[in-house]
This record gives sequence, C-alpha cells and structure tokens, in this order.
Amino acid sequence: MNAFTFQRPTGVADAASGMAARPGAMFLAGGTTLVDLMKVDVLTPDTVVDVRHLGLSSIDVSDDAIVIGATVTNSQLAWHPVVRDRFPVLSEAILSGATTQIRNMATVAGNILQRTRCPYFRDVHASCNRRQPGSGCDAIDGFNRGHAVLGVSEHCIATHPSDMCVALGVLDAVVHTVRADGSARAIPFAEFHRAPGNTPHLEVALEHAELITHLVIPQLPAARRSHYLKVRDRASYEFALASAAVVLDLDGDTIRAARLGLGGIATRPWRAHETEQFLIGRTASDQTFRDAAEIALTEAVGRAHNHFKIELAKRTVVRACAIARDLNI
Amino acid sequence: MRTTLRVNNTTHDLWVDSRLTLLDALRDVLDLTGTKKGCDQGACGACTVIIDGERVLSCLTLAAACEGQHIVTIEGLAKGGELHPMQAAFLHCDGFQCGYCTPGQILSAICAVQEVYAGVPSHVTRDVRQTVDAATLSDEEIRERMSGNLCRCAAYPNIVAAVRQVLSSEAHSEVEEPALSGVGRA
Repeated sequence: MNAFTFQRPTGVADAASGMAARPGAMFLAGGTTLVDLMKVDVLTPDTVVDVRHLGLSSIDVSDDAIVIGATVTNSQLAWHPVVRDRFPVLSEAILSGATTQIRNMATVAGNILQRTRCPYFRDVHASCNRRQPGSGCDAIDGFNRGHAVLGVSEHCIATHPSDMCVALGVLDAVVHTVRADGSARAIPFAEFHRAPGNTPHLEVALEHAELITHLVIPQLPAARRSHYLKVRDRASYEFALASAAVVLDLDGDTIRAARLGLGGIATRPWRAHETEQFLIGRTASDQTFRDAAEIALTEAVGRAHNHFKIELAKRTVVRACAIARDLNI
Repeated sequence: MRTTLRVNNTTHDLWVDSRLTLLDALRDVLDLTGTKKGCDQGACGACTVIIDGERVLSCLTLAAACEGQHIVTIEGLAKGGELHPMQAAFLHCDGFQCGYCTPGQILSAICAVQEVYAGVPSHVTRDVRQTVDAATLSDEEIRERMSGNLCRCAAYPNIVAAVRQVLSSEAHSEVEEPALSGVGRA
C-alpha cells in the first residue's frame, strides 16, 4: 500500500476544499472498496479523507420522499422500517449483496461509487483500460464468464457489481453533491454512471473533490409491489450473474406502469426503459414477461464465456416480474 | 500519526502508520492475537470484531479511522473467567475443529443473535416487511446471517447449533452496546 496522509474533517466544506488542492486525494467512507483496492495497489491516493464525521448519516422520511445521508450504512438502509415498507425492492437488493459485516461498513455513497470486480481491473499486471487508459482490455479475449453483455464497448466489458444501484435506478433516486467551490447540484441516477464507450476510466459524473451529501428517493406508491431477484453461483455472499429489479403498478391483471432494472450483466446499473414502455397496458402474464425479457436483452453482446448470461437474464426478468405480480399486497 | 484506540474498555494512545489496518494494530501492536488474519481482503470473516455494537471486518478498517469508537474483540467477551454464552455454546456444541475462524465466528454470531432479536430481515426472509421471530427462525436464516464467516474445516452444522442454542436462551444480549444503532431512525 502506498503511503498517504490521513485526514478527518468534521464539516462538508472542509472535506471538499481540503481535497480540491490535492489531485491525488480520495474520500474514505466504509473502506470496503477503497482499502481493499489500496492493498492491491489499484488505488494509490496520497491523501485519504475520512468523510464519516460530517453529519451525513441520517435517514429522513417524509410523505414525499426518503432522504438518505451519504454515510448511512447499507445495513441501516436495508433494515429501516419505512424502506422495507415502501421500497421492498431496495431492502431486498441490499440484503442480497455481500455479508452483514460488509453491509455494516459499506455506505450508500460508497456503494454507488463501488468499483468493478473484473479480475483484470484488480490485477495491476493485467491490461485494463478502466484502470490504465489505453493499455487494452484483457477481459475481451480472456476469462469473461462474469462480464457484461449490455452497455459494453470494444474497450471495456467490466460488470457493474452493485445490487443496491439497480434498485436505486428503478426508484429514480437523485444524487446530491457539493463541489469544492461550495456549489451544490442534483444528479439524476440515470446520469450518474457512464457506459465505458471510448473512455472506460471515466466511470461517474463527479468532478474531483465533489462530495456526495445525500440521496433522495421520491415517493412511489407502486413500489410496494416490487421485487429484487438475484441469481448467482452460491446461495450467499456472491456477486450476481444476473439480477432484476421490478416495480409493477397493476390494475387487476393489467399493467398500468412498470419499472425494470438489470444487474450483473451490464457495465452500469441498467434501466430497461423500452421494456417498461412495452409492458404498459398489457396483461401481466408469463408470456408478456417473456416478450418483455426478449426486448430487454435485444442488444446483448456475448463473449466466449458469458453467452449463457443472456438467456439467464431473460429468465431472471420473467421470474422477478411473476414474483412481483403474485405478491399478496 | 497519533491515534487512540479503545479496545475492550481499555484506551491505548498509539503512534501508527496511516496504512495500519485495525487487524494489524490489534495483533501486532496491542498483542491481541485472538483476532485472526485469514484472507486479509474482506472475504473470510476471520478478522471480525464488534465496533460500536456492530460486527465489521478489521482487515478492511484503517486503525486511524477508529478513533472515538469502541472495539470489542474475542479477548473482551469473558467476564472474570466466565465465558460469554456464545463462547460456552460453541464449546458445548463443538462448533469448531482447528479453531482459526472461531473468534470471528463467535463475535459475528453474537451480533447475528442481536439482529434477530431486533427483528430485522435477511436475504432469505420471505417478506422484508415482516419482523423475524427468534423462536421460529429457520436454519436457512442462521446460515445466511452467518455467511460472512467461512470455516475451512466445515464445522457449519455445529456452528448453526451453537447459534441456535443462544437464540433459544435468555442470554442473548451480553455485549455492552446495542447493535443496530441506526435501525429504526426515522
């Protein structure tokens, strides 16, 4: 691990401004990504700024929204009674990821900044355009069973690893930040993560020293009928091969509106907007869900070892939709 | 850099390298070698400790980031020679073979039991809206809640039995600070 200076500011303005003068500085929250990647020299900050003492760790509930502080832990959010009641898809997504120990450490802001688990990204001896722009991508012709089939480019096929983000995406969360000059902005979740394209090293819409302060999830009554389904190699403590987050708004057997997100198969938290449009007004039958799944995966691109994910993702969509439909609410 | 670690109710003023993990601080600086280093990358759970009532991984925690928090390790559980009920249950149920993962298993299990008594769901809870009940908790629930602690000897059936024994007894809340400090905050 590279040597670094450790800072522990107690105010948001201090945290952002202290970071602005140091291009090699990084924010630390739970450490489950940053400390892990510092140990293998993938991340080498010269300054680590601990943001857990900035007063950003509360969950505030109103009739219109839930406001989640940046350093609320995954456990706090998943176990919160109002989140469980209004947005079960979010609790389920969080609880399907990692372990209690890790969820007790990991924060909401840290989770949406989580880095890929691509083994070539994590190995400084491998070629990786995401870690070292222009060096190539060892995954495209390498072992790519776990890699993405949606949102890929010829420069990167790394899977976005987060379960929570798939649920935050379908709930239209908004990410609120403060920049080093003190100005605040709100970033819709759909605009927060970037597909790799020609610049896989540019992963999110943040500037250097821009600090996430909180997330807002607007009220969505239909989300009471929602579900997160995760399919993986082990029963617990494993990243998704495919996952689906579904919100169904039903009028009897007819779908009034739907939201669908996909995980484990895309380079960014994936929202299937076309599929959502297709579902409107149709009967909530297994056949409808299968047709929807075909649309959701139309543009999927498989590689040597991950072709199976395309069919797996379709079946995951069908089952997640069916479970949401059949909920006794 | 200078930092202060409060471990098992004892405060230590230390000069540490900012890179020092809590795990290495406990083992190499404070000689509290009950906390074990397994994978050292957040995958095995052998290094589990309890910080401010919550189970976490000491291998992914920087020592300098722990200032002001209270850390409980396996050495802090027994009271004057009397084992913590979870330690006693692991002995009674033979919940180990080589013993290397056991300190982490026990600390994790203590918090798992508290989480069950707080009623919070896990990944295998059928309906996250409902409150889980210790009396009717399935083995599948115990396994899921303990999935962050690997045992290469595969003593899992007896670990589940030990957790079950404490779940079923009155002696489930013996760590000083309540777990789940943020749960239910609205």
